Amino acid sequence: MMDRRQFLKTTAGATAATAIGAPAIVQAQGSGPIRIGLLAPLTGVVASGGREMVDGFTMFWEQQGGTLAGRKVEIVTEDDASNPDTALQKARRLVEQANVHFLCGDLLANTGLAVANYVKGNGVPYFIPIIAADDLTQRARIPNVIRIAGYSASQTTHPLGDWAWKQGFKKLATIGQDYTFGHEQCAGLARVFSENGGKVVQQLWHPLNTADFSPYLGQLAGAGVDAVFTMQTGADGTRFIQQWANFGLKGRIPLMGSMNCTDQSVIRTMGAEPEGIITPAHFAEGSDNPATQKFVKDYEAKFSKTPSLYGFSMYSGAMWIARALEKVRGEAENRAAFLDAVRTTELTDSPLGTAVRLDAYGNPIYDIMIRKVVKRGDGKFWNVPTDTYPGVSQFWKYDPETYMKQPPYSRTYQAIKT
Amino acid sequence: MSAATKAPAAPGRADLKVVILVPAALLALAVLPFVLPTYQVSVATQILIFAVLAMSIDVLAGYAGRTSLCHGAIFGVSTYVVLYGSTVAGLPVLASMVVGVLAATVLAAVFGVLAVRTSGVYFLLLTLALGLIVWGVCLRWTAVTGGENGLRGQLQVGAFAQPRALYLAVLAGAAVMSFGMWRFVHSPFGLTLRGIKDSESRMRSLGYNVPLHLVIAFTVSGFFAGMAGAMYAVFNNFVSPSTVQLSQSVAGLLMAIVGGIGTLFGSVVGAFLIIALEQAVSLYTERWLMVLGAMFVLIMIFAPEGVVGKARALLARSAQRRGRQ
Repeated sequence: MMDRRQFLKTTAGATAATAIGAPAIVQAQGSGPIRIGLLAPLTGVVASGGREMVDGFTMFWEQQGGTLAGRKVEIVTEDDASNPDTALQKARRLVEQANVHFLCGDLLANTGLAVANYVKGNGVPYFIPIIAADDLTQRARIPNVIRIAGYSASQTTHPLGDWAWKQGFKKLATIGQDYTFGHEQCAGLARVFSENGGKVVQQLWHPLNTADFSPYLGQLAGAGVDAVFTMQTGADGTRFIQQWANFGLKGRIPLMGSMNCTDQSVIRTMGAEPEGIITPAHFAEGSDNPATQKFVKDYEAKFSKTPSLYGFSMYSGAMWIARALEKVRGEAENRAAFLDAVRTTELTDSPLGTAVRLDAYGNPIYDIMIRKVVKRGDGKFWNVPTDTYPGVSQFWKYDPETYMKQPPYSRTYQAIKT
Repeated sequence: MSAATKAPAAPGRADLKVVILVPAALLALAVLPFVLPTYQVSVATQILIFAVLAMSIDVLAGYAGRTSLCHGAIFGVSTYVVLYGSTVAGLPVLASMVVGVLAATVLAAVFGVLAVRTSGVYFLLLTLALGLIVWGVCLRWTAVTGGENGLRGQLQVGAFAQPRALYLAVLAGAAVMSFGMWRFVHSPFGLTLRGIKDSESRMRSLGYNVPLHLVIAFTVSGFFAGMAGAMYAVFNNFVSPSTVQLSQSVAGLLMAIVGGIGTLFGSVVGAFLIIALEQAVSLYTERWLMVLGAMFVLIMIFAPEGVVGKARALLARSAQRRGRQ
């Protein structure tokens, strides 16, 4: 028994040596292509968003001709499987085996946080156009992790709180997905609204992938509020909006939402149910800005669908990277200079049509639009801006240092002023 | 499952081969990081860690006849405690590893008490439920576990920041634990477990306290799963509910099954096959899960006793043939 067992163990070791000893790609120094590691969830719960991320990102590089400052641009795409452990493993593979110069991507906050923690140790630049976790550019910021063309979770809901108060709403209820992204988005609204004098009378949290919203809708209908705010992403958004309409609440109680709730990735498959929902965002595909309309037309021509936040953010992120790389003549190897160029780049020709720059903490400052879902000429629905809050940072009107001394938004800390 | 019922090898004859082969295998594994590129070293580290988890499952499944679906959760609890200890509570890494293993062992003891009175499919379902409780707690107890986002830290301190050093440390740990588990299942206590696996009622009528034996076996196996989890914390620097979810337990169990239930070291082969294949196939297609699934189906059809089990059976047959000539 013993000898065989040992024999097998030895063979296993030897096989291991040969099988996983596959040759790694040889690293080029200063010449050869610029290698970009793109992480996106191509399988798992958010796979459709991940696909649009890849679409938006590669669309820019194709328009760019696949080269930059005389160097070829090579994109190595890895699937993070919507799972943080996989994301971490794939990031390792991109950096250590494929020798990419920097990383970009990931969709779910936990996958982004896992990768950010990895690059914290080795200094590889990591860009996160989709990851919205507040603290990545606040209390737990990492110098080489920059949210180019992205937004922090509460950045867009702060102004919505102000807007809601100015509409004359006195009492609000919120409902959101029970995880950090949801807590942060609801808190942004609840804080500003309550500080203005409004009352947040009820906050409901439901698990991710809730199939039946009827128990929640019943409570919201009976809460006696002037308006409801719903924070949703993905299929939960579709179901919430559908059931809101089915229960006859549409048109009876004004409905506001987070930007993902009426994102194209949600509403493009729906009928008239989302019509009239108000959401805050830095991007509105229905904006009449010529730069936005050109991007929307190009994207629709290429992928035959209206761009979602995922496609737009990754496209702009790629553009930001390209502008910064041009400044350092394509030397992605020189991390310090490259990161510095990224931080100081002001993006003027993005699909937003307005200039965007980063604050001192690595998060962009945007004109936040209050958008409304309306029907466009061809019968499809999209988000059209009705109001704008110019120059909104992740800290709203608060002093950054004081802001960061307060605890991060969570289910238990919604920063509601009573 | 014939392997499990065989008596352990006679010590005298085997000793010589052990003296030569075990150091040879260890030496080969120890040289590995010096010939592999960095990334493959981290893959090899991961294989060793999951091999320990799979072996801990095999201790129960292969020797006591109890297939657990909560070992991933026990593993993950250790990972959580280690990360919490070193990043939030500010303990030194080694101390938090000790606390992590302790927590996993205590949890396993509690789960053991709850689960051992059942067997077969009921045991499977009960351990599945217990594992899901752990997952639910990790997901919802945001203040401590960080909820969906999990906990992050920098545990590779000092020399262990080097992937090679980390690999060698994990190898040393895995070797000691493998020996520990091997010794455990080949001890008189381990023989009792096999007796329980073969016939619980007979063991009871022989005067053995069957539930107590099973609780101890469950606790010991949980201890080893906890050790693997503590090493994983240092390797990964990160934990989230995906580390304690059902798929983690299933992955460990699959590794044990692919290698061969009741072969103990088959788990090492299983861990290697699954992780290496996952790495290799996912280079070419995002549908790598389908390839893995196909592999499982093929193994279940052609080698239901696992790769090592099958190899053993073939070797035994050829030895028999040689003996007859």
